[in-house]
Amino acid sequence: MSFPLLTATAVLPAAGAVATAAVPAARRTAAKWLALLVSLATLVLAIVVMVRFDPGGARYQLTESHAWIADFGVRYELGVDGIAVALLALTALLIPFIILAGWHDADPLETGSKRWRPTQGFFALILAVEAMVIISFEATDVFLFYIFFEAMLIPMYFLIGGFGDRAHAQGEEAASTQRSYAAVKFLLYNLVGGLIMLAAVIGLYTVAGNFSLTEIAQARANGTLHMATSTERWLFLGFFFAFAVKAPLWPLHTWLPNAMQESTAPVAVLITAVVDKVGTFAMLRFCLQLFPEASKWATPTILVLALISIIYGALLAVGQRDIKRLVAYASISHFGFIILGIFAMTSQGQSGATLYMVNHGISTAALMLVAGFLISRRGSRLIADYGGVQKVAPVLAGTFLIGSLATLSLPGLAPFVSEFLVLVGTFTRYPAIGIIATFGIVLAALYTLVLYQRTMTGPVKPAVSAMPDLKARELVVVAPLIVLLIFLGVYPKPVTDIVNPAVNQTMSDVHKTDPKPAVEAAK
Amino acid sequence: MENLIALLIAAPLLGAAVLLVGGRRLDAVGHWIGTLLSTTSFVFGVILFADLLGRNADDRTLMQHLFTWVPVAGFQADVTFRLDQLSMTFVLLITGVGSLIHLYSVGYMEHDERRRRFFGYLNLFLAAMLLLVLADNYLLLYVGWEGVGLASYLLIGFWQHKPSAATAAKKAFIVNRVGDMGLSIAIMLMFTTFGTFAFGPVLSHATDASEGRLTAIGLMLLLAACGKSAQVPLQSWLGDAMEGPTPVSALIHAATMVTAGVYLIVRSGAVFNAAPDAQLVVTVVGAVTLLFGAIVGCAKDDIKKALAGSTMSQIGYMVLAAGLGPIGYVFAIMHLVTHGFFKAGLFLGAGSVMHGMNDEVDMRRYGGLRKYMPVTFVTFGLGYLAIIGFPGLSGFFSKDKIIEAAFAKGGTEGWILGTCALLGAAITAFYMTRVMLMTFFGEERWRNQPTRSPEAPSAEPAAEHRGEHAEPHPHESPKVMTIPMIALAIGSVFAGGFFSIGDRFLHWLEPITGHSEGDSPLSAGAVTGATMVCLVIGVGIAYLQYGRRPVPAVAPRGSLLTRAARRDLLQDDFNHVVLVRGGEHLTRSLVYVDHTLVDGVVNGTAAGFGGLSGRLRRLQNGYARSYAVSMFGGAALLVAATLLMRAV
Repeated sequence: MSFPLLTATAVLPAAGAVATAAVPAARRTAAKWLALLVSLATLVLAIVVMVRFDPGGARYQLTESHAWIADFGVRYELGVDGIAVALLALTALLIPFIILAGWHDADPLETGSKRWRPTQGFFALILAVEAMVIISFEATDVFLFYIFFEAMLIPMYFLIGGFGDRAHAQGEEAASTQRSYAAVKFLLYNLVGGLIMLAAVIGLYTVAGNFSLTEIAQARANGTLHMATSTERWLFLGFFFAFAVKAPLWPLHTWLPNAMQESTAPVAVLITAVVDKVGTFAMLRFCLQLFPEASKWATPTILVLALISIIYGALLAVGQRDIKRLVAYASISHFGFIILGIFAMTSQGQSGATLYMVNHGISTAALMLVAGFLISRRGSRLIADYGGVQKVAPVLAGTFLIGSLATLSLPGLAPFVSEFLVLVGTFTRYPAIGIIATFGIVLAALYTLVLYQRTMTGPVKPAVSAMPDLKARELVVVAPLIVLLIFLGVYPKPVTDIVNPAVNQTMSDVHKTDPKPAVEAAK
Repeated sequence: MENLIALLIAAPLLGAAVLLVGGRRLDAVGHWIGTLLSTTSFVFGVILFADLLGRNADDRTLMQHLFTWVPVAGFQADVTFRLDQLSMTFVLLITGVGSLIHLYSVGYMEHDERRRRFFGYLNLFLAAMLLLVLADNYLLLYVGWEGVGLASYLLIGFWQHKPSAATAAKKAFIVNRVGDMGLSIAIMLMFTTFGTFAFGPVLSHATDASEGRLTAIGLMLLLAACGKSAQVPLQSWLGDAMEGPTPVSALIHAATMVTAGVYLIVRSGAVFNAAPDAQLVVTVVGAVTLLFGAIVGCAKDDIKKALAGSTMSQIGYMVLAAGLGPIGYVFAIMHLVTHGFFKAGLFLGAGSVMHGMNDEVDMRRYGGLRKYMPVTFVTFGLGYLAIIGFPGLSGFFSKDKIIEAAFAKGGTEGWILGTCALLGAAITAFYMTRVMLMTFFGEERWRNQPTRSPEAPSAEPAAEHRGEHAEPHPHESPKVMTIPMIALAIGSVFAGGFFSIGDRFLHWLEPITGHSEGDSPLSAGAVTGATMVCLVIGVGIAYLQYGRRPVPAVAPRGSLLTRAARRDLLQDDFNHVVLVRGGEHLTRSLVYVDHTLVDGVVNGTAAGFGGLSGRLRRLQNGYARSYAVSMFGGAALLVAATLLMRAV
């Protein structure tokens, strides 16, 4: 038996989480370093997975399969396709930056405060989330996926509810209440989604007799497993609902702004850049493969909801007064693009959507983490409390601008490639939807540049006049993200090469081919 | 030889990277690094130009493939450069004028503590602009297209501590994004029509597509061009863009970037040739803008804003010419090049005047400066003669050809467009004479002026660093600034004639753009004669108003049209009421809707399932932790139960 590489990518951060939690309270710094090293080691493993993965090979690679609950046909089955590899790499890449950016976020508060901030717990929870997200990307058993899809809510709940921004305008008491509200809202929304999915998972089992994604998809493809149209549609909706809550898709999005504004910036990145990606990833992997006909049936509705997310999220971002809420609504708009790309059912749309998940992760991390550095300096999330920061902290302002430009998908930076692919992939099949979605690029310029203008330019406000520029640790967080944004904007081929074959498979799962150009001679 | 093409872009890109990442230790030499790399690019351009000249006219296209950029199924975008006569013309203009303006900026920005960064941005602009004109497909062009937009944003807002500069920069970017939407949609249309968006296959197969699709592509490209080239209805950003340092206005907002729209239309000539409806709209946009910009230019007292109106108007001429099809393409580009010389020269002259006048921009506080700034006066004067189309100077040749081509379009359209172009020539003569007279002639109105009040701070905050706040002592600028002005003045005088002798420029570009003579109802002589009459009328009226009579220090109230023109023909008022106010209301109500309605309905619906909203409401009453724990217990139970199943 070969080395279980995929299991290792999840076990390592899980074990790291336990070890970090076990570090004695006094050795706070040691716990941080331990967590950072574990996350870096996980990144190394993820790179090994990337290298070992052969884009031209079998659909699922590095597979592992063990009996687990034989009576119910539940197996411990792992395997990655190109889409999963890309997202696994993204997750493993972002966690070290999240840990490093949140280095002081869980330090004990000044003496006299009643609040208990277990430093070890903070970093252990981040690693626990990493482990569960990674196994969700790897699981090819529906039940196995479901368990971790749900279980990751637990550490996320504590991260949101337990560790907010260090300072708060209305005092610690009010902050604590709002944090709890956000955490519970997050939990309830996702639990409701999860419960509906659980019903669908059980329903799938009664129809198919097992939980294996590969077996069911195979049986569906060669016609040995027939599903009544209505059954397939109900099951599809059960799965899709849970993923749409997590993604989040309009109108199920309202938990995200609360969760992101109340948590610390690194945790906000963890939510939107990593955890939410499981939702969109699962749409591609489970909805389209298991329920191809129902997916096509639901496509028009989903496209319209995605389009609403794009425009609505962007318009709301324009109207925000809170920096973090603004980024949250921008993310809602971007998730609209991702879902649009998935359900446009074209190669460009789906490759673009997968690339979008990766690029959005990096660009949101860049913008949000710098925003977090900014907020930690002034102790306020309100845009109006800033002004003229570029004069006193030019490097901070410069990196913030690059993060903003990535968020508005400036050509030359990574998000442009994926956004354009999604748009063009949508346009070839649904021109009207493609054109309306294009309005999103104007609104994105509006909300990012207005944010930059209000916080960074103009006369220096007295409250920010003594603001220090980025420190070495913060630069170490931001600089590699910026390099990646530029690199993947200029040369996205390494990612698209991994993703393309998997997208072709998914396209054939749903029996779709790309529309042909009107003048074929030109090609 | 084609391997040199990438170096054209690489040199300024390297400069931008070094200057922006290099930090303070490069402050002392940064401006020379920037100038050197810009000049290097120009030298490469000249070498390539010599190479092209050595080839046959039909063999002057060099291609350089670097790497595959975005490969997804049928969608393939490569980083490939195309150097042909059209892009070569732009390369020389961009790097040539660009290098002169780098040199000028060494002097102009001398007292600015962020000079290194300024040169980094200028280099970034050059790299992006060269990418724009050298790209071999529309998606790569898009990178350059928004790249110049970024450079423009950074440079308009260079003095970010001024709210007006920051606002102007943001406005320019966002208005341009509306245009960029057009470019996006055009590329998507090309992809669905041709399965590709590379120049070669799209342009050679354009006639295979239906006219409806080509018209749609053409109109979307026009929308893009309107944004970048400040054409009606996306013109509103250009006047505000004058918030940037004056060398930026000269290079980006006069000579090069704003002409990118003309490049796009001429490059896509094959599409427009087969879409006459789109062409007609192009000519209308051009004609409207050339009058719009000219009228605005007449009413501005700010020298830079008057010149900005003029730029808009002159690009209107180019767009008009480009819309005429093969009759006009060559002359659109020729006017673009000559305009590059004289308008850059005029802006540098304006900068030189401001440099000697404590950064004053109000022409009502100038007057009689010819004695104090002889070099500026002569170079600005030559640029003035060139732009109004004084016989023998550059603008005469290029503008005259456009007016001729407009009449040659034939029919009623030809008469209307030709008349607009003639009218524009008269107004150009008027407003440029006004600028000339108010600045260099007449009373010295800057004497005994009250010092600037703090409420009206200088447009160019460099003055604060120079510590000049007393009465101005007009003086000539240093050589590092006057030499570029002299070089551009030489171009303003001779370029047009040089291009026109033996139709040199026509023969150079013809293989790319094609050319046809058209059938003009007026003889060439008649058009030239009419143009001269317009010129004399324009100059004459301006002389009567500003040369014979003293210029009041405070602008008179003026007619309704004058007042509207001062406010840019109410374009901003319209935008403000309709877009800004409307948008604010929309977002504000959406924020409310999201908070109450969407959140409420979803929570309420969920309440039916699990009492969600009740729990949330009680939560806010302060029982947070207990409810959280109870919910959480549920989740934990679920997981525990699942794991236990294993034992069963």
